[in-house]
Amino acid sequence: MEALKPDRGPGKESMITGSRDEILYQPILHTGRGFYVVFALLSLVVLIAAYAYFTQFKYGLGVTGMNSPIFWGIYITNFVFFIGVSHAGTLISAILRISKAEWRRSITRSAEVITVLVLFFGLGNILIDLGRIDRLMKVIVHGRFQSPLLWDVVSLTTYLTASSIYLYLPLIPDIALLRDRMPRGFRKYLYEVLALGWAGTEKQIHYLEKGIAIMAVTVLPIAVSVHTVVSYVFSMTIQPMWHSTIFGPYFVAGAIYSGIAAIIVAMAILRRVYHLGDYFREVHFNYLGILLLVMTCLWFYFTFSEYITVFYGAEPDEIKVFFEKMTGTYAPHFWIMVVTCFIIPFTILANNRTRNIRGTVIASISVNIGMWLERFTIVVPTLMHPRLPYETGVYSPTWVEWSILAGCFALFTMIYMIFTKLFPIVSLWEVREGREKAQAEVTERLRTYLPT
Amino acid sequence: MIRWGMVIDLDKCTACQACVIACQIENNIPPPSPEEAAIFRSISWMRIVEHKEGEYPHIKANFMPVPCMQCVNPPCIKVCPVGATNKTKEGIVDQVYGRCIGCRYCANACPYTVKSMNWYKPEWPKEMMSALNPDVTVRPKGVVEKCLFCAHRIQKAKDRAKAENREMTPDDYIPACAETCPSKAIYFGDLNDKDSIVSKYVRSPRAFRLLEELGTEPNVYYLREGA
Repeated sequence: MEALKPDRGPGKESMITGSRDEILYQPILHTGRGFYVVFALLSLVVLIAAYAYFTQFKYGLGVTGMNSPIFWGIYITNFVFFIGVSHAGTLISAILRISKAEWRRSITRSAEVITVLVLFFGLGNILIDLGRIDRLMKVIVHGRFQSPLLWDVVSLTTYLTASSIYLYLPLIPDIALLRDRMPRGFRKYLYEVLALGWAGTEKQIHYLEKGIAIMAVTVLPIAVSVHTVVSYVFSMTIQPMWHSTIFGPYFVAGAIYSGIAAIIVAMAILRRVYHLGDYFREVHFNYLGILLLVMTCLWFYFTFSEYITVFYGAEPDEIKVFFEKMTGTYAPHFWIMVVTCFIIPFTILANNRTRNIRGTVIASISVNIGMWLERFTIVVPTLMHPRLPYETGVYSPTWVEWSILAGCFALFTMIYMIFTKLFPIVSLWEVREGREKAQAEVTERLRTYLPT
Repeated sequence: MIRWGMVIDLDKCTACQACVIACQIENNIPPPSPEEAAIFRSISWMRIVEHKEGEYPHIKANFMPVPCMQCVNPPCIKVCPVGATNKTKEGIVDQVYGRCIGCRYCANACPYTVKSMNWYKPEWPKEMMSALNPDVTVRPKGVVEKCLFCAHRIQKAKDRAKAENREMTPDDYIPACAETCPSKAIYFGDLNDKDSIVSKYVRSPRAFRLLEELGTEPNVYYLREGA
């Protein structure tokens, strides 16, 4: 219980109880030059993306590389990719919380933030893709539930709400800690409002823990439904190689896969920049690496099943798309995907010696590149091969699309950076609680497992 | 209730593309610039699809005019999130340009790939501006469009019939492509009227529909070549 009581400012008491986690306050209290330099560079990328979008808004979608019948391109790829990455936080952290994995304590926060932020980019890319963004309200006024896009709207907004609450609840005690430390000013006021009068009483702790537990369970089915519905956008049509029954689980597995990879990369950067080596340890990367390895195998299994059925069935319309991916225009994309999504991560992660911090980070970056390509090779080649013998072109994205892609990553990083400047990126109270209570709890739990 | 349908006799079709041009003029379809056409951005509601078999000199070439199939079970309507594509009582798959949000989902869901996107604001050479058809909406940029069986002509036909104090009959209305076809390869009429010329041809052993296996039930029929 001691852990949940807020600090009484940087006085004597916090020197005793707070000094251990002092490093977690550092990013909030001090901002170095590196931060501003990176921030400025990223803003430049975002500005270029904003200009690109302005161009598109002014002249129409013609400034992209899309054509007839390749009506969807990078924006939809981004949409699926970002929604996939959003499965990082909430899902992983919820699974770890529910399964009482003690090693989760220092990593859940950094993961949950990814979820909430990246969801905006998933939604954002769909909006960027619209030819008539000015008519967005029609989706609400005239929305029709028979369209899978409406299912997306519903499940995405639900997921956004649920994962925001799930991020916010465990933040409350930490915000209270900050509120008590901060001298007067705007931030003190902000924390006072957001802390909702948290005082760490027995009753408050009880309700908070209950709330977190409820949200952890609620978020799981919502997260699964989100990416299933995203896959339905494709699989509900009757287009060759989109109309597939395994798309739901295939997309969900891919989402968790790219999500874990995103957490690992984010953790490695935070560890380096904010000197959090004590909180993100070798063991965290090792455990997440094992999870990633499981998903690598699962991804391979799904991909293999998906492609072997198309190949063996050899339905003429489908086989055209299949060979476009294997040996045609999109063969480079497909085979780079196989290398980056399976061969590289599998070789690194299956080996105990290479499954260290550096190894898991390399594997994760590779997985994220591969998963983006996977989404791309699902969206574009199908559209290139309509059933009727039309002449079709090749999709070559323009600077507008590439700038907006870069801008998404840059803006995401910027908002993540701002978050680390406002809130502790490692859950302070959960780490403390772990130190004080977890050992006894685990010993007690072990006693219930083992035969006497 | 009338169900509008079209029968295209491939034996009579010479692939002259007069229907394509008639459609462009009738429906205010902007001519694409050569650069845009080269990257497959041109809009056409009626297209001649070319299909070659064999190698020169032993070659067999097929040409087939393809308008919107006006399916009885249209896959495009199912996926539209805002109801910007609907079916009229008379079986025509309609487009509501003012409501379309430009997501292009319908264009991707159409197995016949007959929908087009307005990638830019449509533009005409100055000389053609005064020749635009006043009965047909000029589409704004960012919306999807397609063949509507010249549905604006139905309204005209109804008005004409009313002025002459009589009910409209299927003979009052014909789309521009069918009207123009020099070899009279395109028949148009009421499929629900079992005595109409289209119904007669639909019962012919030569009749077939495109991608029938998908269950979309097009209202556009073809008559097989070489009969």
